[in-house]
Amino acid sequence: MADGTQDEGERTEPPDNEAALSARLKRLGERLDQASRPSETASGPRQTPDTSAFARGFRLSSELVGGVLVGAGLGWLLDRWLGTTPWGLIVLLLLGFAAGILNVMRAAGVAPDRNLKD
Amino acid sequence: MDPIHQFQIVNLFSVGKIGNAEIFFTNSALMMLLAVVLLTGFLVLGTASARPVPGRLQSAAELTYEFVATMLRSTGGSEGMRFFPFVFTIFMFVLLLNMFGLIPYAFTVTSHIVITAVLALTVFFTVLIYGLMRHGLHFFNLFVPKGVPIYILPMIVAIEVLSFISRPISHSVRLFANMLAGHIALKVFAGFIILLGTGLGAIGWIGGVLPFAMIVALYALETLVAFLQAYVFAILTCIYLNDALHPGH
Repeated sequence: MADGTQDEGERTEPPDNEAALSARLKRLGERLDQASRPSETASGPRQTPDTSAFARGFRLSSELVGGVLVGAGLGWLLDRWLGTTPWGLIVLLLLGFAAGILNVMRAAGVAPDRNLKD
Repeated sequence: MDPIHQFQIVNLFSVGKIGNAEIFFTNSALMMLLAVVLLTGFLVLGTASARPVPGRLQSAAELTYEFVATMLRSTGGSEGMRFFPFVFTIFMFVLLLNMFGLIPYAFTVTSHIVITAVLALTVFFTVLIYGLMRHGLHFFNLFVPKGVPIYILPMIVAIEVLSFISRPISHSVRLFANMLAGHIALKVFAGFIILLGTGLGAIGWIGGVLPFAMIVALYALETLVAFLQAYVFAILTCIYLNDALHPGH
């Protein structure tokens, strides 16, 4: 209680003065709110913390492989359903590769993330 | 000696039948059950007698709450807090399973891609369904970046869609592969000790100190990785959920 930051007015009052106590509690609550929630509204930088180079490299490669795999898989399925072999696979594999590169650039923070604009 | 042997699923007992397939309670299910029981017990006991000045257990429970809440707020703003139960569950579940895997003779559930893929797909469909429910067709603005010339827009949208669909793959493979690779490395170095000892006799056993020192170092690294991968999994979940809250802008 005697933390030395209060002004003199409260010191002289008796401790069981309820109005003064609740006023102090309120002020403490306000100060706590200010201190502990600095980034409530602003969303911070959207990057994942990759500490080691291994983790970083692993993340980037899995992003690239993921894009290519999804492109190839979707192209193959499309070909089976529509009978357009091999065009769906070719086109979607290339698009998947592009998506993989986009993923990598986003993960590495080279390309701006679409949600950060505005 | 076989470094892959540790990932074997063992059927413990049968719990029933669906069609012709027998459903077994496996060692993987046992570890998951243990994690859930431990986590529930920890939180229930930690919050049972909530006091203004927290005891040890309550303090730990509050720390985990604050940790996940800060993570959610920093990515999704205060609006992201509606997903708090979901993210908290995922983070603590993965963290506990990763840590359990470090106990000798324990089974590492997260080293199986089935588990991580199901978790990642749950996140994926949560984003998809919640985004569609909340924003309707505006959710698809996610795939249409602003300021792109109209003649390359179809291609950009296709690439964005593929990039979106590929998320669960990198999301799940990262956790699974990190746990798998780490545990194989541990087993391989442990195997060196046995190989040296049985191959070279007394000199071999003395030389075995070197791989043993390596195991100690690797164990410290694996503990860090176990925590870090759970954290990365959870923060990626937050980032993806943020797309459901604010698509496109």
